[in-house]
Amino acid sequence: MARYDSLLDACGGTPLVGLPRLSPTVPEGAPPVRLWAKLEDRNPTGSIKDRAALFMVRAAEEAGRLRAGDTILEPTSGNTGISLAMVAKLRGYRLVCVMPENVSTERVQMLRMYGAEIIFSPAAGGSNQAVATAKQIAAEHPDWVMLYQYGNEANARAHYETTGPELLHDLPSITHFVAGLGTTGTLMGTGRYLREKVEGIQVVAAEPRYGELVYGLRNIDEGYVPELYDASVLSRRFSVGTRDAVLRTRQLVEVEGIFAGFSTGAILHAALAVAHEAVRDGRRADVAFVVCDGGWKYLSTGAYGGTLADAEDALEGQLWA
Amino acid sequence: MAIEVRIPTILRSYTGGAKVVDGTGDTLADLLNDLDSRHGGLRGRLITDTGTLHRFVNVYVNDEDVRFLGALDAKLSDGDSVTILPAVAGGAFGFAAAAAISSHSAAAASRHGAVAVR
Repeated sequence: MARYDSLLDACGGTPLVGLPRLSPTVPEGAPPVRLWAKLEDRNPTGSIKDRAALFMVRAAEEAGRLRAGDTILEPTSGNTGISLAMVAKLRGYRLVCVMPENVSTERVQMLRMYGAEIIFSPAAGGSNQAVATAKQIAAEHPDWVMLYQYGNEANARAHYETTGPELLHDLPSITHFVAGLGTTGTLMGTGRYLREKVEGIQVVAAEPRYGELVYGLRNIDEGYVPELYDASVLSRRFSVGTRDAVLRTRQLVEVEGIFAGFSTGAILHAALAVAHEAVRDGRRADVAFVVCDGGWKYLSTGAYGGTLADAEDALEGQLWA
Repeated sequence: MAIEVRIPTILRSYTGGAKVVDGTGDTLADLLNDLDSRHGGLRGRLITDTGTLHRFVNVYVNDEDVRFLGALDAKLSDGDSVTILPAVAGGAFGFAAAAAISSHSAAAASRHGAVAVR
């Protein structure tokens, strides 16, 4: 049992649990290959993004960029918005989220519950319209502060200073760290820390491969790599499709009782790939991977039941991670 | 047997609309040359003038990023599956909107931990 002065102080320190049933079986006499799940859904708002949100707000306060009563602008409909809403509430800031009007009702309800204000951009206009709306809002409110998680070093530092040390403390024999690649903050921060401390550590990225609708209109010349990304921190990078992510998400709850969102399924898929390679090569492996959030916010997709093909259809066109 | 190559929507004008095409080659560089002989112009969209993979293109061999497998020198075998995708950040909406507002001050964000929206 542990006691904290406030919810913000309860951020991090999440459990690392073994997966005895999902870990691959090794031949008799061969070294063990074990999977370990870091339960980031146990953070204050239920996702790993609490760590980055707290560090980014603190860094902005220390730099004098954020003062009591200021307004934070965050163009997101995801976990970062929910984490920032909680931190903003407890630290005395106003949070305005800009998002397309077709995001799930759970997201909108959660953000409003935490006190965030929401400005919708028309769904019909797609991401171009969202960008235009965000630009317009920013121009009208030059004093609002944006933390910009894709390029904010405090995002990666949160993981360098907390997630990394926690993992090494709980699993000194760690050989592989597997996490999702979005802003890249988790992998950059945790990966750098573990590379400094653990010889031969493998830092493995799992990247969601969405349905075609998501990529459909993307022009290669308008692509994007987050400013935080440094490929030299990674050992390998896997692209995981919707079907594999759904399959693993279901396996995780069916076999080990861990109810997670689909990004975690993608990460588990990559973790199992490296675990099976270790078995094939007869090497010892302690593979730690991140459970980013619980499955609650995604139940309304319907992708937890029915056939895999149905689930794939349900998630087509959605940014499920 | 050949190597199966998945083509993103944006590049299907080079493959007559085909989502999947077949190719051959011992390395990714060989494969792209082979594809270009039948789908002229495709290689030029994936490789820069200096002969490296375009920064905003990701190529995967059996779901693994080729940049960690030797890039254009990545070894290929018959039966491999190659997927070409444009680089998209996780949470594409949030990124697109955020980047639109702050691309010119992203460096400042990384130095100061925050940017004032301009």
